[in-house]
Parts: sequence; structure tokens; C-alpha cells
Amino acid sequence: MSDEKNVDELSGVQTTGHEWDGIKELDNPMPRWWLLTFYATIIWAIGFTVFYPAWPMINSTTSGILGYSSRSNVRGQLDAAEAARGDYVTAIADKNVEEILADDSLRDFAIASGSAAFKVNCVQCHGSGAEGSAGYPNLNDDDWMWGGSAEQIYATIGHGIRFAGDDDTHLSEMPAYGEILEPGQIREVAAYVYSLSGGKPSDLSLVEPGAQVFADNCAACHGEKAVGNKDLGAPNLTDAIWLYGSGEAAIAQQVRHPRHGVMPAWSERLGDVKVKELAVYVHSLGGGE
Amino acid sequence: MKFGTEIILLSLGAFLAMLGAAFAHDDLFASHMWVLVFALAAGAIVLLRNTSFDMRPAGPVDNSVYMEGPIRYGVIATVFWAVVGLLVGVVVAAQLAFPDLNIEPWFNFGRMRPLHTSAVIFAFGGNALIATSMYVVQRTSRVRLFGGNLAWYVFWGYQLFIVMAATGYLLGITQSREYAEPEWYVDIFLTVVWVAYLIVFFGTILTRKEPHIYVANWFFLSFIVTIAMLHVVNNLAVPVSFLGTKSYSAFAGVQDALTQWWYGHNAVGFFLTAGFLGMMYYFIPKQANRPIYSYRLSIIHFWSLIFLYIWAGPHHLHFTALPDWAQTLGMVFSIMLWMPSWGGMINGLMTLSGAWDKIRTDPIIRMMVMAVAFYGMATFEGPVMSIRSVNALSHYTDWTIGHVHSGALGWNGLITFGAIYFLVPKLWGRERLYSIRMVSWHFWLATLGIVVYAASMWVAGIQQGLMWREYNEQGFLVYSFAETVAAMFPYYVARMFGGLLFLAGALLMAWNVTMTILGHQREEEPIPGSAPQLQPAE
Repeated sequence: MSDEKNVDELSGVQTTGHEWDGIKELDNPMPRWWLLTFYATIIWAIGFTVFYPAWPMINSTTSGILGYSSRSNVRGQLDAAEAARGDYVTAIADKNVEEILADDSLRDFAIASGSAAFKVNCVQCHGSGAEGSAGYPNLNDDDWMWGGSAEQIYATIGHGIRFAGDDDTHLSEMPAYGEILEPGQIREVAAYVYSLSGGKPSDLSLVEPGAQVFADNCAACHGEKAVGNKDLGAPNLTDAIWLYGSGEAAIAQQVRHPRHGVMPAWSERLGDVKVKELAVYVHSLGGGE
Repeated sequence: MKFGTEIILLSLGAFLAMLGAAFAHDDLFASHMWVLVFALAAGAIVLLRNTSFDMRPAGPVDNSVYMEGPIRYGVIATVFWAVVGLLVGVVVAAQLAFPDLNIEPWFNFGRMRPLHTSAVIFAFGGNALIATSMYVVQRTSRVRLFGGNLAWYVFWGYQLFIVMAATGYLLGITQSREYAEPEWYVDIFLTVVWVAYLIVFFGTILTRKEPHIYVANWFFLSFIVTIAMLHVVNNLAVPVSFLGTKSYSAFAGVQDALTQWWYGHNAVGFFLTAGFLGMMYYFIPKQANRPIYSYRLSIIHFWSLIFLYIWAGPHHLHFTALPDWAQTLGMVFSIMLWMPSWGGMINGLMTLSGAWDKIRTDPIIRMMVMAVAFYGMATFEGPVMSIRSVNALSHYTDWTIGHVHSGALGWNGLITFGAIYFLVPKLWGRERLYSIRMVSWHFWLATLGIVVYAASMWVAGIQQGLMWREYNEQGFLVYSFAETVAAMFPYYVARMFGGLLFLAGALLMAWNVTMTILGHQREEEPIPGSAPQLQPAE
């Protein structure tokens, strides 16, 4: 191999003497640092498998000196987190929401926990800023269909709205006035309702007869002054906050064929403590009464 | 009669596909069979127009000449699928930033994403590997391709596989196995094509006139053999009907997950690493005109790479239902894989010793060196990400996407572009490329694109991982998932821009290659210092 022909002129290194399509190979040794690092990773790998579960045996696997298990690891972390929260959770379980609101540290804890639970369970409908969207109420404002005190919010979250699986759920159903009123009357009442929150109806002459239609048909639930009734979930119609869209057409549509939103009852799914925390959190958003 | 058998077989295939459409078990299968009818009939018609009814036997094939037809077609297909695959990549990147661009049902993200991955890995990468391996094996074995027209069957069969896979995705036919989405009947067809490829390649090696097998061919052969094994095992499935699309995997639960990642990881290991190392081992010494740095290194890093890679798949399943022991082994094998991977980088870079000035004067060498640099970076990042505690942060985030693309765009993309620029003048007998300066532009566009892409995805991924695990002082999660999605918007836009740059480079290459093939030469100033070193065509 050491004859002169097999030496690369540029580097002075011996070649292997083979050649393929003009390509030769130098006979350089493997770089030392490369080889040592390779050995080091192998030694490290063997060492690591001594400490952690690794090698399959006949009936089970080696469990490693450290006794590591990802399941017990995460269980331990969850237990530690639960233990750290234990005192607060017990206190929240023992108190009602008004009492929680009165206790600063408990209130802060409930808001933090409620906020986390809100992001997992509520944002899908109410939005990540609780800003709501068409058909799903904004929870930041002070317009409450079923009441904005912490206790009322607690009841609403716990038992839901028109939720079939809960006996204490909020129930109310506005009749479909498309089958009760004449089309003309619906146009009139829509114009009247629109005017209540400062809207400019397309035909002002409809407002006065509309007021009569309202008094005869709607005032029983929405009140004579149309400010709503939270016991019945009848919304305030004078505040320009609309669940299903504003304007005469949207109002007339809702009068003809009212839509009835549903919210699940959360107490069974999340537990009473979480529902209390959610109530405190939602109450804190800005509109709580 | 020229093409007689081919025309008869294609027509028969089209007829059978039509029967498949007529008696299909489900509508999707019928649609897919109509696609097949159209493709096969188009092939038959093209051949009919080129046939001659001269019944005298064709002259004997000159075995002293290398077979270059399928390689020329392969190079063109590589460039074509590069543009298609990268374009779809830019579209899916845009869909992630602007969800309104999801056009239902055919062009939503769920169907476009596998179209992108399959187009770049299998259509672009696969054609590049098939074409370069056929080129390299002939020259380093000093013998014509084995099997005669079987090489043509491999080329056209592979294109038909790509068309069936791509149209299947858009129709909504998928078995939901990552990087192996085509359903059972397309898988069976690919298996036949792949075995033909193995016969052509291995037959050429067996009939070689060189005493030794060149290192590039070790890598190519390991790639072909291992991919055959991975493809067959991962796609073991029972079809619901022989004329229907749906099939059920032979594996279930976590065993299925492990099978999928044994396949998925080694698709990276043997398709995108071993195969492209074969490419590197030929084209870098040829373009640099220097010997391979170390024969001993090439042996050791080849065998250690081949042995270690196959065990590393479980690192894709950290913190899942996969038992801890399998996760540990996946992790330690990935760490041990670091140096074997870097052996290829060292051999590639050190081959340039004595020719470093070419990085300045030869944009093709520059491209290849950058490819090897990205290879080294990605094969260091991979083992790091396989460490369980690092993976706890990186898993499921866009960091993984950044990692994959620094490897795919940087390593696979640039080494292939370099090989294409080397091959085109030789295959079409041109003195030089249409434009060397355009290669330089391509280099800078591509490099900048990769840097923008990878950097934005690294930042995005780490931010995403940190947001997912951020707790407040009371021990509650701070962010909802939707908030972390919203936070990704600027990075997704930046990533799309990086992809656009890379695509622009590929379009420049397509133009350059086309003009070279057509025999044009752009009048331009030579790159300073390079003029005397321009090699004449061989």
C-alpha cells in the first residue's frame, strides 16, 4: 500500500488504493474527538439504563436504580399541587360564595382557579375573553338574564339553563308569537322594542300601536317598562345589548320564532368547589352585582 | 413493434381500473379508479403516438453505455415535484396563519398537509434518490443498469404511485398513518415498484466491474432495503373490500403507535438520512474533485448509523402510553446516534480540505457544504430533543416543525439542488449550466428562507411550550390552548415568508435547469476566481 502512486499529492496522506469513477479515499484515521465522544455517549447510555427502567426481561423489565416511573412522577406532582391547594379548597367547600367574596385571600385563589377552569370549559362558547358572541352572552357587562349576584351566577353555572339533565335548571320559554300575532303586529312591536334602546325604527308610526301590542303580550314577562325579569330569564330590552342580533328584523325574527339557548349544568361535571370558583371569577369580570 | 407490450399492459390496466370503478364498494374507490383509468389511458395514448409498426427486432442494446433515460426523466421529475411540494407547503403555511384559506373539502389543511409532506419527501426526495442512485451506481460499478427496461418501469411506476397518493389525499382517502397515508391498494402497488427498484440497483451492484462496492452504494442499498421492510410492516392491514378504499391496520393501540413511529422515524433515518448520505458521498468528492477524507470513518459511521437508527423511534412517544422502558431505550439510542450521524458530516466537510477556496468560487460546492452543515445541526438537535426532559418542553410544539425543516430544507433540499446542478449539464451534454450566478442566487434565497423558517419555528415552539406549562403562583394554568394558538400568528406569517423565499429559489432552479436542457447559456460575468476552474463536461 505504501507505494508512491497511492499518496494524495495535496495532503500527503495515503489513499486506500481504490478508485471509483475518479473518486479516491484517503486512509485518514477516525478523528480522535469523534471516537471518544462516540464512546462517551455509549457509556452514558449504558449508565442511564442502569438508573432508569430500560431492558426488557422475560416477565417484566428492569426498573432502574432510581425507581423512576412517568406515571408515579406525574401522580406525585399532581398530589403535591393538590396538597398545596388543600386548605383553600376545604375553605371554599365550607363557605358560600358571598363569604368567599368577603375573604380576600380566598377570593384571589377562587379567581385564579376559576379563571383556569373557565379557559378549559367555558371559552368554547363565551370566548377566551368572556366576550361572548351571537347567541352566547358577554359576561363582562352588567346585563344579566338570570341575575348578576355571585349567588345567582353560582346557581346558573351549577344548574345550567334549559339543561335536560338537571331538575333545578333555569327554565323559561318565550312563546313563538308568529303563531299568535298578526305579521303587522309583529312589525309594530319590533319597531317599538327597537325604539326603547334609542334605535330609530324605519316607520315611526309603528311605535305607538307597537307599545299596545307590547303591553298586551310581552309586559307580563319583560315588565311594563321592558326592563326584564331575572327570575324568568326575560332580558332587559332597553339597554341595547342583544343576544341574537340588533335591529328591527332581528327583533321581529326573535318574536316570531324565539331561539332558546342552552347551557349545561356544571356542578356534576366539575364539582361544587369548581363551580363556586367559576362563579367568583365570572362575578369579578366587571359586571358582578 | 415498438412499445407493443407496454401499450397492451397499460390498456389492460386501464380496463381493469374501469371495472374497479364500475363495481366499487364505495364512491371514493370509484373516483380513485377513474383517476387511474385516466392516467393509464393517457400513458397508452402517448405510447401509441410514438409507436412504430416495424416488426423487425430492435438492434441489440449497447451495454458499454450507461443508461441515462430514466435518470434524465428523474431529474426533471425531481425539479417538478420540488416546485409542487414547496408550493403546497407555502399554501399550508398560509392556511395555518389565515384559516379562511381552508377551501372545503378538497383543499382543507387536513388533506393538504399530507399532500405537502408526501410531495416533498416521496415525490421530490424519492425521485432525487432514485435518479441519483441510478446515476451513481452505474459509474461507481462501471456497468450499465441491471434489468434493462425495468428502470423505466421503476420511474413511471413511481410517478403513478405519486399521482395515486396525491389524488387520494385530495379526495379524502387516507389511512391516517403519518407519512404513510395512502390506502392498501396504493401501498401494494408501491411495494411492487420498490422491489423492481431493488432488483435494478442490487443487480447492478452484483454485476459490477469494480472490485469493491463504493460507500455511496452501501448507503443507497441500506436505504432501499430498509424502506422496503418499513413500508411493508407499517402498512400491514386488512381491507374491508377488495374494491373499496377502507382498510384496518394489523396493529392496535400503543403497539400501533410504536409501529407507526418505528416507520416514521426510520423514514427519516433511511430515506432522508442514509439515502441522501449516499448522494453526498458521490457528488461532493466529484464536484470538489478531492478524495473522500477517511475510509475508516465511512465504514464505522455507516454500520453504527444503520444499527443505531432503527431503535430510536420510541423517542417520538415520550410521555405517552408507551411503557417507560421503551421510552428510555428510544432516548439512549438517539443519544448514541449523534456521533454516527456526525461521521457523515465530518467526511463530507473534510473531503473539501485542500479545496476550501471553492466555497467562495463555486456556488454548487457552497450549496453542498451548507447542506452538510444543516445536516450536522439537525442531527445534533435531534438527539437533544429526544432527551425526555427536553422533549417535555418541545413535544407537540412547532419546535419539532422547525427541526424537521432545518433538516429537510437545509440538508435534503440543498444537497439535492447541488446534485441536480452537477447532473444536468452532464446528462444533456452541455458545456455548463445556463447560469452559474443564478445558482448563487438560489443558494442565498434558500439559505435565507431556511434561516427565517427555522428561527421563527424555534421561537414559536419554545414560546408555545412555555405557555402550555406556565402556572401562576396559586398553581393554576395561565393560558388556555386557544390563547397559545393566537400567540403563534406572527411566527406563522414569518414561516410562510421563509417558505416563499425557499420556493423562489426552487423556481429559479427550475428556470436554470430548463434553459440548460434547451441548450442555452446566459451571458454573464463569471464568479471572480472561478473562471479557470470551470470543468468541461465529461
